[in-house]
Amino acid sequence: MSVDILHWSLLIAQIMLGLGMLATVYRMIVGPRAQDRILALDALYVVALLLLITLGIRTNSQVYFELAMLIGLLGFVGTVALAKFLMRGEVIE
Amino acid sequence: MIEDLPLWLSILISALVVLGALITLAGCFGLVRLENFYLRIHAPTMGTSMGGGLILLASAIYFSLTNERPIIHELAIFAFVTITTPVTLMLLARASLFRDRVEGEDVPGRGE
Amino acid sequence: MIRRILPHPVLAVVLLLFWLVLQQSAGLGHILLGSALAIGVSHLAARFSTDDVKIRNPHKIIQLFFVAGLDVIRSNLAIMAVLFNPRPSPAGAFIEMKLNLTNPTGLAILAIIITATPGSAWLEYDKERSTVLIHVFDLLDEEEWIETIRNRYETLLLEIFQ
Repeated sequence: MSVDILHWSLLIAQIMLGLGMLATVYRMIVGPRAQDRILALDALYVVALLLLITLGIRTNSQVYFELAMLIGLLGFVGTVALAKFLMRGEVIE
Repeated sequence: MIEDLPLWLSILISALVVLGALITLAGCFGLVRLENFYLRIHAPTMGTSMGGGLILLASAIYFSLTNERPIIHELAIFAFVTITTPVTLMLLARASLFRDRVEGEDVPGRGE
Repeated sequence: MIRRILPHPVLAVVLLLFWLVLQQSAGLGHILLGSALAIGVSHLAARFSTDDVKIRNPHKIIQLFFVAGLDVIRSNLAIMAVLFNPRPSPAGAFIEMKLNLTNPTGLAILAIIITATPGSAWLEYDKERSTVLIHVFDLLDEEEWIETIRNRYETLLLEIFQ
C-alpha cells in the first residue's frame, strides 16, 4: 500500500519534471534571442538535477546524488561562461 | 524502494515530491508562456527555490529514515543551487540589458 | 596574528561545514582534512578579495534567514497562481531604488535574496549613485515594493554588516 503511493506519486512527479524539461527545450530551440536560450539552458539543468533526485528515491540509491551535484556544478560554470560571453563577446576579460 | 515504510511517511514524501514537481513545472511553463525576456527571468527561480527545496527535503527525509541516520547532503545541493542560480541570472540580465541598449530597445538606460 | 593564519575566518568555517555535509560524517579525519582545505582555500581567496567580512549582529542572520524563507514561499505561491491562469498577464515593470547599504558582502546577499525570490530580480547596481535596477514580475505599487525591500531586508543587512 505505502509502496504503491510512493511509486505512483514519484511517477507523476517524474512526468511533470519531464514535461518541464520539454518546455525548457522548446524555449531553447525557439529563442528568439541568445539570452532566452541560455536562460532555458539554466532552467533545463536544474530540472534534470531534480529528476535525478527523484530517480534516487525510486531506486533507493545514493549514487544519483553524486550525479546531481556534478550536473549542478557543470551547469553553473557553463551558463556563467555563456552569460559572460554575451556581455562582451569574450569569455575571459 | 523500501517495502516497510509507514503509511503516513510515504504520504508525506509523496506530497512533498509532487508539490515540488508542480512548482518546478509551473516555472518551466512560465518560460514558454511569458512574452518577454525580463518576465521569463523570474521563471527558473521557482524550480531552484521552493520546487527544488521540497523535492530535496523529501529525499532527505526518505534516506534518513531508510538508513536510520541523518542524511543531509541534499542540503549541500540546495545551498549550492539556490546561491548559484541568482548569480547566473544577474549576469544574464546585465548581458541582456547591455544588448538591448546597443540595439535601442525600450529598457531603462544606464545612469540617467 | 590570527589574520595571518586565517585571512577569511567566516569563509573557512563555511567551507569546513560544507565539506563535512558532503562527506556525511564528522569524524576526526574528515575534520582535519576539511580544515586543511578550508585554510588553504581561504589563503587563495585572500589574494583576490581583500575586504574582510565583519559581522556585528550574528543573531540577526537567523532572523534574515527566516524572513527571506517566508517571502520566498509566499512569492512562489503567488507566481504559481499567475502562471496557471489561462491567460497570464503579469504587470512586469522595472523599478529603480536608492540603497543606503554600501558594504559589498551585504549587497551580494541582498542581490541573491532578491533574485532567488521568484517575484523579483536584481538586474544592475550602479556604484557611483548607489542605486539598483530591479525587475518586478507583477508590480502593483512601486512605493510599496521599495518600502518592503527597505524595511524588511536593507535595515537588517545594515545592522549586520555596517
